[in-house]
Amino acid sequence: MTANRLAESLLALSQQEELADLPKDYLLSESEDEGDNDGERKHQKLLEAISSLDGKNRRKLAERSEASLKVSEFNVSSEGSGEKLVLADLLEPVKTSSSLATVKKQLSRVKSKKTVELPLNKEEIERIHREVAFNKTAQVLSKWDPVVLKNRQAEQLVFPLEKEEPAIAPIEHVLSGWKARTPLEQEIFNLLHKNKQPVTDPLLTPVEKASLRAMSLEEAKMRRAELQRARALQSYYEAKARREKKIKSKKYHKVVKKGKAKKALKEFEQLRKVNPAAALEELEKIEKARMMERMSLKHQNSGKWAKSKAIMAKYDLEARQAMQEQLSKNKELTQKLQVASESEEEEGGTEDVEELLVPDVVNEVQMNADGPNPWMLRSCTSDTKEAATQEDPEQLPELEAHGVSESEGEERPMAEEEILLREFEERRSLRKRSELSQDAEPAGSQETIDSGSQEVLSELRVLSQKLKENHQSRKQKASSEGTIPQVQREEPAPEEEEPLLLQRPERVQTLEELEELGKEECFQNKELPRPVLEEQQSERTPNNRPDAPKEKKKKEQMIDLQNLLTTQSPSVKSLAVPTIEELEDEEERNHRQMIKEAFAGDDVIRDFLKEKREAVEASKPKDVDLTLPGWGEWGGVGLKPSAKKRRRFLIKAPEGPPRKDKNLPNVIINEKRNIHAAAHQVQVLPYPFTHHWQFERTIQTPIGSTWNTQRAFQKLTTPKVVTKPGHIINPIKAEDVGYRSSSRSDLSVIQRNPKRITTRHKKQLKKCSVD
Amino acid sequence: METAPKPGKDVPPKKDKLQTKRKKPRRYWEEETVPTTAGASPGPPRNKKNRELRPQRPKNAHILKKSRISKKPQVPKKPREWKNPESQSGLSGVSVGPDGCSPVTPLILWFFSKTRSRLEVAEAEEEETSIKAARSELLLAEEPGFLEGEDGEDTAKICQADIVEAVDIASAAKHFDLNLRQFGPYRLNYSRTGRHLAFGGRRGHVAALDWVTKKLMCEINVMEAVRDIRFLHSEALLAVAQNRWLHIYDNQGIELHCIRRCDRVTRLEFLPFHFLLATASETGFLTYLDVSVGKIVAALNARAGRLDVMSQNPYNAVIHLGHSNGTVSLWSPAMKEPLAKILCHRGGVRAVAVDSTGTYMATSGLDHQLKIFDLRGTYQPLSTRTLPHGAGHLAFSQRGLLVAGMGDVVNIWAGQGKASPPSLEQPYLTHRLSGPVHGLQFCPFEDVLGVGHTGGITSMLVPGASEPNFDGLESNPYRSRKQRQEWEVKALLEKVPAELICLDPRALAEVDVISLEQGKKEQIERLGYDPQAKAPFQPKPKQKGRSSTASLVKRKRKVMDEEHRDKVRQSLQQQHHKEAKAKPTGARPSALDRFVR
Repeated sequence: MTANRLAESLLALSQQEELADLPKDYLLSESEDEGDNDGERKHQKLLEAISSLDGKNRRKLAERSEASLKVSEFNVSSEGSGEKLVLADLLEPVKTSSSLATVKKQLSRVKSKKTVELPLNKEEIERIHREVAFNKTAQVLSKWDPVVLKNRQAEQLVFPLEKEEPAIAPIEHVLSGWKARTPLEQEIFNLLHKNKQPVTDPLLTPVEKASLRAMSLEEAKMRRAELQRARALQSYYEAKARREKKIKSKKYHKVVKKGKAKKALKEFEQLRKVNPAAALEELEKIEKARMMERMSLKHQNSGKWAKSKAIMAKYDLEARQAMQEQLSKNKELTQKLQVASESEEEEGGTEDVEELLVPDVVNEVQMNADGPNPWMLRSCTSDTKEAATQEDPEQLPELEAHGVSESEGEERPMAEEEILLREFEERRSLRKRSELSQDAEPAGSQETIDSGSQEVLSELRVLSQKLKENHQSRKQKASSEGTIPQVQREEPAPEEEEPLLLQRPERVQTLEELEELGKEECFQNKELPRPVLEEQQSERTPNNRPDAPKEKKKKEQMIDLQNLLTTQSPSVKSLAVPTIEELEDEEERNHRQMIKEAFAGDDVIRDFLKEKREAVEASKPKDVDLTLPGWGEWGGVGLKPSAKKRRRFLIKAPEGPPRKDKNLPNVIINEKRNIHAAAHQVQVLPYPFTHHWQFERTIQTPIGSTWNTQRAFQKLTTPKVVTKPGHIINPIKAEDVGYRSSSRSDLSVIQRNPKRITTRHKKQLKKCSVD
Repeated sequence: METAPKPGKDVPPKKDKLQTKRKKPRRYWEEETVPTTAGASPGPPRNKKNRELRPQRPKNAHILKKSRISKKPQVPKKPREWKNPESQSGLSGVSVGPDGCSPVTPLILWFFSKTRSRLEVAEAEEEETSIKAARSELLLAEEPGFLEGEDGEDTAKICQADIVEAVDIASAAKHFDLNLRQFGPYRLNYSRTGRHLAFGGRRGHVAALDWVTKKLMCEINVMEAVRDIRFLHSEALLAVAQNRWLHIYDNQGIELHCIRRCDRVTRLEFLPFHFLLATASETGFLTYLDVSVGKIVAALNARAGRLDVMSQNPYNAVIHLGHSNGTVSLWSPAMKEPLAKILCHRGGVRAVAVDSTGTYMATSGLDHQLKIFDLRGTYQPLSTRTLPHGAGHLAFSQRGLLVAGMGDVVNIWAGQGKASPPSLEQPYLTHRLSGPVHGLQFCPFEDVLGVGHTGGITSMLVPGASEPNFDGLESNPYRSRKQRQEWEVKALLEKVPAELICLDPRALAEVDVISLEQGKKEQIERLGYDPQAKAPFQPKPKQKGRSSTASLVKRKRKVMDEEHRDKVRQSLQQQHHKEAKAKPTGARPSALDRFVR
């Protein structure tokens, strides 16, 4: 019932809306509508009456019994209902949606919360803002602390900060002008030539050079990017392949397979017309596929499908047919092919035989090694070595291309990736050609090749032990597989490898020899001077020692000879100090006496002592006597102030430092200050020093070129700041010191216009405070 | 290595100096292969005075190889050995470090650390520079000559004729006699480069010559008694102390100046780094004349009568005057009184000489004694010797050889090493002249001693007397006129003010503590408080109830006590140190000493 009513009301509503939309129309066709309305109202009333019979949700409906002022044009009357009609009620959907409910819930929750607190007063807000701003700025600025510290401690700062990197001339360029001249040098060089050591560009073998070149940053970066890209592509490719493989629709697979086969056939036909040799290759590939087929026993009755078919065959003709078809195919495939016209083919045949002889596992591995599907290879080798999985990017596209050409269909959709990879390949080869000579390949790529080939080699080692044999077998295998381009590519690698392998030990030997040579030379050098020095010393010492005793005799002789220095020359005794008077020797005393007599008039020593005493007295600080005679006692001629008073008013001068000549009786040293010299001395202690001795210590070392070597002088007088004339010195940037630029922008903003930052920070602050 | 001219190439190549006999005499073509110049060389002993802070430090300059007296291969009869007692370098040219045994290992002196203070920086700098200096000693190509008797033979018995016979021609030519009997006893002076010689006879004969080539520059008679003669900063100017006044001549013999304020001058000394000509006069005045500006800087009255004994200390430019009362006084133009007075002899002092490092002073007096004093603070005689007649003239060579002229005999004493005082035990060389000695000087950078006497001038060969390596930028014997002019300008620019002369030149690098303290005191007076003083402890206000007056006082007391304890601890430590130092190392006092009354 309610549903009915609702439907009715809906109808009514729609009508009302119509009316609302077309008020003018309504005016025009008023009369018609009234009639209609009448009928409707009655109908409604009836409906309502019926519904009210239900009793439960009986509703007191407005009944219009008489004319009233309030006549709604739209026949909507709220009279009698006791509640007002609100516009929102009209707009509301009939059913309340669940989404609104959540909103309501939220609203109610918000409402249930308490009232928002009063905002803080202005000062407090500002204070908080300031605090946060300070913290933030301090944090931003604190990263400059180490830079500032470093610059403060730096011996020298060079501006502008950007420096051009000095081009380092390789040593071979420096030494290129040098040639062997002496026979020894020539001999050495002959030896070097024999051992294929670098001569004109000394010190670097081509390999080393290549490795050096590979070191360059840009190169490495480029290479890395390339590798990354290749790897990414590879992974995409793999993913795609996997996805396709997972598709369960047999029909799809069938279609794909058929399409592939058709395409291959068509291409083969074309190829036969255009390029018979290539066609032959193709044929070989097909043959190989057949071999695969043969080995993998795909068309036996062992498969899941075949087994099911076998069960069904009893009853189902079609199934039987299918089985037979399969068997026939198996036969066809397992049949031995007898083309065998060319030698290559023959070899292939022998190879086949060989392969038949060897256990399956080995064969499989071999297949995988150069097989059509590179991903198979990858998965196979990955367990043995990781290096192989990372895959020489050279070999990989190669193989891929190879695989594509061979096993069609699948690869077609992957054309884009292949093209990309090929581009890589081409680019690399181009670069190589331009940059390097034939053998100087980038060491990295070479190494990867080496590793890859090593891998293969290690696998093949099962078959053959020796290196050369290995090489041959490789060739054989390669030829048998008919991957000529690959052989061409791979051949240089082992060839390079071989000389390397051979060279290494030789080179090491020569180096060691060289070292030994050097050592020997050193020893010789060292050994030479030693004995000679020893000789010298030994010569010297005996000479000196025997001299000593003889000296006196000789001297006497000499004096006789000279007839000048009389024998009576007194023994060498020092006067020591002039104050010493007693002398034991009579001779001495006589001599003294004589001299004394000679200079009787001037008693030199006494005069000197007197002079010294005077000097000491004069230099002593004088006491100040402040006694006033006659003050507080009797005064007059002949009266002296009392001792007590004198003592009381005597200001004793502080005792100065001890005289320098205190213990030197024969010396008077002037204690007066040389004020002229003092004017040149430092009189104010510079800032960081707290004691004068610290400062003295720092200026102790003379820095002039008179006392220093040129180098030391230059170092001591290097300016603290060096600027390049004519260059703009920009303020330091974050990039200059190895920071990221984003943070720098922060700082720079701060530095430039602090006002703006404050406003900005305030915004941030508000956010913070809200949180 | 450097851009300065290399006069060594103009110089005719000469043979090496005195070496061991066994060594083959080096040929000139061989010498050419030897690297002739070296970047840094410690030059001759640097006798800059006040600035000389490190006398031993070599300086970076050009070195020119110089021909020295070299010896003939063999003296047949008496095989003697001329040996170098202190050869510093190995045979193969391997560098020998300053310690004499191993080459200086390259040290990483410059290390970076956050806490490196200025002192550490200064220390590192000093160490580095000293190492560099030591390393540059390697570049001193020449070795000093030497004379050594074989089997204890006395070298004093070797006469000049023997030496001349033994050495090469070029060196032999450096021994010569000038017989100038007519104009009486001669005073002589070598120029600072050692290339030129000026001499003046008592009776007015004045001459200057390039004594190596014997090229006469000028010869005049001043018609007056000549008491002393001296080159000024270069060989172009000549100061002559004549009977009345001091005269200045140029190298053409033209009189440039007559300085009447310096009258009756008896002795002359020239201080090359200060451009001061010191004159000692009969009137008892020591006068300093600045020759660069022609002004008398100081005229000091020595108050000791006639002054006729004078010498300079090349280390600190102090003038030593000998007096008749047996004292030697040390003078500086900045002070009116002598810096020091040393009683050296009982009679009057006859001669004074100071060695090039300023370490030793030799004096001889009327008491016939020859004494060597230590000038490094103690002023005590190191060795004394009585000579029969007493020495009338004394002179030190660059490498510390001491020569004394006694009558007509010249005695030379040598020390053990370069820095050691000459031992007076036994003379190194003696030589008899044709007349009493009147003037003595060793020629710089040549193993030559010039002696002026009544019979003229004698140039003697004294192996090992002087520095073998000279500083090409400082005093270059082979310099051209242009170079000399250049040097002159530079030297004038680097002129040291006269008032900086003092006993210890290193004192100039010290802070003037007295004025520093004075300044501090004045500042305190001006401000009314000591800005550097530590603020007295003020206890912080604590929370309620805890900052009562009593607790505040307590806290104050605590801090004060702590400080006091620190002080006491420090003083105790100092005392301990003092005691430890003062403790005699002799026998410990016995326990029974306490009963001694």
